Amino acid sequence: MTESTGGIDFEDEDASGVIKKFMFVNRKAPYGTIYALESLEVVLISAAFDQDVSLTFMDDGVYQIVKGQHTKAIDVKNFSPTYRALEGYDIEKLYVEKESLEQRGLTEADLLVDVQVMSSAEIAKIMSEQDVVISF
Amino acid sequence: MKFAIMINEGVYQHQSTDSAYQFVKAAIEKGHEVPRVFFYHDGVYNASSLTDPPKDDRNIVMRWAKLAKEHNIDMVVCVAAALRRGIKEENLAEGFRISGLGQLVEAGIQADRLVVFGD
Repeated sequence: MTESTGGIDFEDEDASGVIKKFMFVNRKAPYGTIYALESLEVVLISAAFDQDVSLTFMDDGVYQIVKGQHTKAIDVKNFSPTYRALEGYDIEKLYVEKESLEQRGLTEADLLVDVQVMSSAEIAKIMSEQDVVISF
Repeated sequence: MKFAIMINEGVYQHQSTDSAYQFVKAAIEKGHEVPRVFFYHDGVYNASSLTDPPKDDRNIVMRWAKLAKEHNIDMVVCVAAALRRGIKEENLAEGFRISGLGQLVEAGIQADRLVVFGD
């Protein structure tokens, strides 16, 4: 890993063994912009680094994990099955903001993966415990 | 403090990259270190050598190149995001390099703070 950093200041540090809490915050609808798809790409890469990874879905981001997505008519790939594969990468901490679900008339039963539904205050607490928060 | 920066928006359309530039500059002036800036999503357009803004406007691409050279900043462009948007080695501006998302995760691990500039 270190040789790929281009000889910048990072090289004198050994990253191996460091485990940080990474939270990826998904706030946008799955289609319409590329944020959700490219976010998922970062999440999958982060799994290879043996970090403590979690995902939060809030605002329109909750639509990313809604069941029954059909994208053929807009000629865009339906990438929602990938969320089901996260478990295989040991990414099992999926948090969903309760208020965001309710505002959109959704319940946990509408979601395609197992998640923990939490209030915005509870999510804020978990967020404050993270080392790295990447928001899309 | 050691800051890593992530930029998720393109040039001129959105203020993110301007804010990031000003943040990096201010951080360095205050004595902090910024070892790496990572460009993702439309942020990869920050690295296009084909960018040619009007003369009376700031040149965002060249401004990054200059800052990176002066302060030895590793400016990394995500390969997958870049290829999707037509950014390749042949039109990569000076001071940038194309690499993988692992560089972002690594920066997050090694820096004291990862600051994200995006929509």
